[in-house]
Amino acid sequence: MKIDAQGLYYRELNNKVKAAVTAGADKIELMNVNGQYFIGDGINRPVTITINGVPGNDLAAFMNGATIIVKDNGQDNIGNTMNAGKVVVHGHAGDVLGYGMRGGRLHILKDVGYRVGIHMKSYQENRPVLIAGGKAGDFFGEYMAGGVLVLLGMFSDTPDKAKHGFSLGTGMHGGVIYIRGGVDESRLSREVGVFELTADDRKDLEIYLRDYCKDFKLDYKEVMSESFVKILPKSKRPYGNMYCPMPR
Amino acid sequence: MKSIRKPTHNFQKDISNCGLTGFISTTGKQVEGSVIIKSIALMHDRGNGLGGGFAAYGIYPEYKEFFAFHLMFENAMALQLTEEYLGEHFAIEQHEDIPTRRIAAITNPPVFRRYFVQPLKTKEYQEAIEYRKMTVEDVIVSHVMRINHEIEGAFVVSSGKNMGAFKGVGYPEEIAEFFRLEEYSGHIWTAHNRFPTNTPGWWGGAHPFTLLDWSIVHNGEISSYGINKRYLEMYGYLCTMLTDTEVVAYLLDILIRKHGLTPELAALALASPFWDKIDQLPADERELLTAIRQVYGSGLLNGPFAILFASNEGLIGLNDRVKLRPLVCAEKDDFVYMASEESAIREICPKPDRVWAPRGGEPVIAMLKPGVI
Repeated sequence: MKIDAQGLYYRELNNKVKAAVTAGADKIELMNVNGQYFIGDGINRPVTITINGVPGNDLAAFMNGATIIVKDNGQDNIGNTMNAGKVVVHGHAGDVLGYGMRGGRLHILKDVGYRVGIHMKSYQENRPVLIAGGKAGDFFGEYMAGGVLVLLGMFSDTPDKAKHGFSLGTGMHGGVIYIRGGVDESRLSREVGVFELTADDRKDLEIYLRDYCKDFKLDYKEVMSESFVKILPKSKRPYGNMYCPMPR
Repeated sequence: MKSIRKPTHNFQKDISNCGLTGFISTTGKQVEGSVIIKSIALMHDRGNGLGGGFAAYGIYPEYKEFFAFHLMFENAMALQLTEEYLGEHFAIEQHEDIPTRRIAAITNPPVFRRYFVQPLKTKEYQEAIEYRKMTVEDVIVSHVMRINHEIEGAFVVSSGKNMGAFKGVGYPEEIAEFFRLEEYSGHIWTAHNRFPTNTPGWWGGAHPFTLLDWSIVHNGEISSYGINKRYLEMYGYLCTMLTDTEVVAYLLDILIRKHGLTPELAALALASPFWDKIDQLPADERELLTAIRQVYGSGLLNGPFAILFASNEGLIGLNDRVKLRPLVCAEKDDFVYMASEESAIREICPKPDRVWAPRGGEPVIAMLKPGVI
C-alpha cells in the first residue's frame, strides 16, 4: 500500500504506518517523505517499508524485524538501539548511525558522518552489522562493544576527503571493524590495533558483503578486488586504569 | 495487593535541540522571505517556541549607503533616550516602526523601530577619526555597545548596511509572520529555531546575534563564553544579551574586520585543530597554526557548535572540531545551502547538484561573486 507523506507531520505519518502494519500490510511505500522523524520506530513485524524522499532523524530506532529501504539520502541517528531487521539507504547518511544497535543490518551506499557505530553491541546470536560504502567521519566505531562495522571507501560524493576520519575506534572494547584498502594508522585511537583477516573473518565478511552487494546490485568481485584489514580493540577494559590502577 | 504498572516516562515528550538554516545566491539573486521560512519551519520540532529569528541581506537597496539600525525597546523611556542619543550622534535619513502583524502566537512583544543613519561629524566623531584613528565602523560599534549597555531596555538588533535581523520569542515561523518577513527579498538569508538550554528565552536572546553586518546563528553551546567574554572586553566589546552566542559575532568582528584575517584563518582561530593534529602537519602549516593558537587562545570556541555566519560578503558554515552538532551543505547552480538537516534544504531545493556534510572545524565558505552587489 502507498502512503503520501507530502506535508504530513511525523506523528500523523507514523500513525498511518503503524495502522497499516497492524492491519497486516507486508509492503508499504511512502511517497514524498521529507524530514519526518522516527519512521519505522519500534515496528516489530517483518514488513518492508520503502521510503521515497529523505526521512528525518531516528529512522528505524528500536526497530525489531522490519526492512526499510530508503531510495534517497538518510539523516542522523538511523537504527538507534535497533534490535533486528534491515535498513538500506541508497545514498549517504549522517552522524551517529547504529547507536547502541544490538542486531540487524544497516547498509549505506555512500558516505557516513561522525560517530558511526557508536556503542554497537552484541550478545550470542545477535550480531549487528553496519556497512558504509563511502567514507566516514571521525570517531568511527566509538565505544564499540560488539557487532561488525565495515567501511569500503568506494562510493563517495567527497573525493577529496580521506577514507576515514580521526580517532577511529576511540574507546572500542569489543566487536570488529573491517576496512577495505587499509587504514591510516595515524588516525587510529590508542585503544585499537590493525590485524590480518583470519579464515573465519573472510567467511563472515563474504556473507555480509554478498548481502550488501545484492541490495545495491553491486559487483561482489569488484568490492573484493582490494584487501581488507581488521581493527580490534587491544583491551576489553580500555579505561580500567583511568582513575585508579586496578589489580590485574 | 494489586499493582498497576505505570509508564516510567512520557513517550510523547518533544525531543528538541536548536535548528538553523541559511542560503546565499552568489550572483546576488533576490529571494523572497517565504523561502527561508519554509526551510526553517520544516525543523519546527528542533525548537520549543522560546526563540526564532532571521537575518536578511540585500533587503534595503534604497538605503544601502546607510547603517540600518534595528532597535528593540522594552519601554517608552528606552525609546525616548535612544532617539535622543541617535539624534545627537547621527544624521537620520529615515526612521520608522518596523512593520509587524498582530498575531495570537506572539504575546507581549517589545517595540521595534528602524533608523537609516550616518554618523554626524561631531567633535567626538572628529576626535575618534582623526586622533584615535578609528574607522567609521569602529565608531558604529562603540555606539552599539553604548546603547546596549547604557540605555536600560534598549537593544540594537542589527546595525549593518543593507541588512537586518528580525528575532524574538516564538517559533521562527511565528516570528516571520509577526515581522511580515514574506514582504522582504534578499540574496543571503539565515534562520534559527531556538531551544534555550542554559540561558533565558527572551527577545534579545533569540538568534541571530549581530554587529555591523555580521550575523550569527548557532546550534550548541559556547562553553568558553567566560574566557571569550573577558578577551572581548579588553577591546571594548560588551556582552549584554545574556547568552553565549553573542561572543561569536564580536569575535568575527575583531578577527576579520579589525585584524584582517581571512574567513579561513578566522575559522582556524575559532575552531583550531587539536595540538596532536597540528604536530602531524608540514612545518609551515604547523608554524601558522601554532601562531594562531598562541595569539587567539582566548578566542577559541570550546564546546559543541554548528554556526552560520553571514555578512554582506557571503555566508560561512562552521562546526566545532569534533562535530558535536549537525551541519549539511548543498549546492545548486549559484546557490549554496547550509542547514542542520538535509530535509530543510531539500524542502526549498528538491534536487541539489551536490549535498555533503562538512567535517568538524572545516569551514564552508560561500562568498558573493565580486562586483555583484
